Amino acid sequence: MDTTVEKELWKGNEAVAEAAIRAGCKCFFGYPITPQNEIPEYMSAHLPEAGGVFIQSESELAAINMVYGAAASGVRAMTSSSSPGISLKQEGISAMCSGELPGVVVNMMRGGPGLGTIQPSQCDYFQATRGGGNGDYRTIVLAPCDIQEAVDMTQEAFDLADIYRMPVMILGDGMIGQMMEPIVWHDIPKRELPSKDWCASGRKGRDHSNFITSLRIDAPDSEEFNRHLEAKYKTIAEKETRWVEKDTDGCEIIIAAYGTPSRIALSAAEELEAKGIKVGLFRPQTVWPFPSERLAELAAQPSVKAILVVEMSLGQMVEDVQLAVKGAKPVRFYGRVGGMVPSVEEIAEEAEKILQEVR
Amino acid sequence: MTTVYRKSAGLQDRELHYCPGCSHGIVHKLIAECMEELGLIDTAILVCPVGCSVFAGNYFACDCIEAIHGRAPAVATAVKRTHPDQLVVTYQGDGDLASIGTAEIVHAAMRGEKFTTVFINNAIYGMTGGQMAPTTLLGQRATTAPHGRMKEIHGSPIRMAELLSTMDGLAYAERVCVADIPHLNKAKKAIKKAFEVQLAGKGFSFVEVLSACPTNWGMTPLEANKWLLENMAAYYPLGVIKEVEEG
Repeated sequence: MDTTVEKELWKGNEAVAEAAIRAGCKCFFGYPITPQNEIPEYMSAHLPEAGGVFIQSESELAAINMVYGAAASGVRAMTSSSSPGISLKQEGISAMCSGELPGVVVNMMRGGPGLGTIQPSQCDYFQATRGGGNGDYRTIVLAPCDIQEAVDMTQEAFDLADIYRMPVMILGDGMIGQMMEPIVWHDIPKRELPSKDWCASGRKGRDHSNFITSLRIDAPDSEEFNRHLEAKYKTIAEKETRWVEKDTDGCEIIIAAYGTPSRIALSAAEELEAKGIKVGLFRPQTVWPFPSERLAELAAQPSVKAILVVEMSLGQMVEDVQLAVKGAKPVRFYGRVGGMVPSVEEIAEEAEKILQEVR
Repeated sequence: MTTVYRKSAGLQDRELHYCPGCSHGIVHKLIAECMEELGLIDTAILVCPVGCSVFAGNYFACDCIEAIHGRAPAVATAVKRTHPDQLVVTYQGDGDLASIGTAEIVHAAMRGEKFTTVFINNAIYGMTGGQMAPTTLLGQRATTAPHGRMKEIHGSPIRMAELLSTMDGLAYAERVCVADIPHLNKAKKAIKKAFEVQLAGKGFSFVEVLSACPTNWGMTPLEANKWLLENMAAYYPLGVIKEVEEG
């Protein structure tokens, strides 16, 4: 084991902010909302030191439209919020998808609907993975399960946004935002980034003007553009789908979870293994694109009797699991909502109950 | 042959889609001429609104960004903060600026963002077909105020130049119109002055242009300009509203 690696203790929200600065984020625009306030607070102190721009905007609407403006003029920008604030940002996220503008949006999810609660939740999965605002669009959605991954994903998100010219969302939850964990700062793999010759930063000798817009008023043009997005999303699904699996080979039950519940499921799996039950864990790291193909392969194993999906919601990712498994095996769901977090015992008990039913 | 008049290099060589008698084309021309005379076409960034001028980016020769309805000041804030040495202008109508985007314009002025807003006030929603605007005059008919705007139901029209002038961050505000040649010349001077205030880093600069919408007012272009001078200019006083010498 390499003992020379320096570990540092970081709070999730602050670590995400620092990761963004290290990734070359030059602008942060945000509006206060719990449980993500440490992100704008950290940015207000440290982004100007790094030569960037921090603005506490008048609203989430203004914040995302500031991201739109920075992105349109070729500058790396980010905003963060929590559930109700992300709803407000959907206007700008949709416009960024249509204007093909890169940017990073962090959602440290809290319970809903409405003002809901400030406690952690995963109730915005549908909103994050189906688009969320108006129009046929997707955003790449990275779902970290711990602070190390939140840091790594935040850094990668800026590259992904630039490569595909679209917003990338970090879908965390209040637990990941508020928790402290040891992390290691390391360089993320460098990717080749396309030129931003499309941006509107002043012509400066260019022989034509650039015009960033999300309006295509003629139907044939608009359809052509939507087809272009469709092709882009297909490429992303082929190239950027990520997941982590553990002990899935020959397992009897698969527990599928992302974010905080995936870590609780890990402990539940250990309890079940102690009782002789073979548990496989499947954790999507991208919830859009969703790792459907691999999950279908795993579910098709003769040993697999059922799939248990655990979420801090009333059942949202479970629909993607059902779509992937296509009825080949029973898909069951266990969720806690309103800011409540499932316990190790609850998940283990549920898995045992399901196995008794399906064996 | 001697050239006595030519289109500004600040505009692309394209046919405008605006209706006969609409003020947009004239104001586009004035902005383009000011950019050209100050040598800024190559560096300027124009932020366009939602409304009839949603296609303005197809007409101007500088780089343009189309903002979502009302959000141009937020977009321009980020553009100017990241490009502090370049001219940044928002071009917004009354629905865009004085209704859906009031928060964005008020806060941009409050922060003293160093960009310029050209505000087209024609007292009506043009693109959507003549609905009542926050600037529609009392008694003026609109498709959503079929009996005319009534104070007890709709409130009185909003004077944006005066409202924004209460902000310390606003360095220059003037209200102009383009209803005849003398007024048009004053309007051009105001736009140029606003750009100069911006470039001098004095603060937020704002030019409100009382504009004609003959189509939705149900008038000929000549009637519309006459009505504007007699009615709009009476409620919205023309001239410098605020000027701060030292920024």
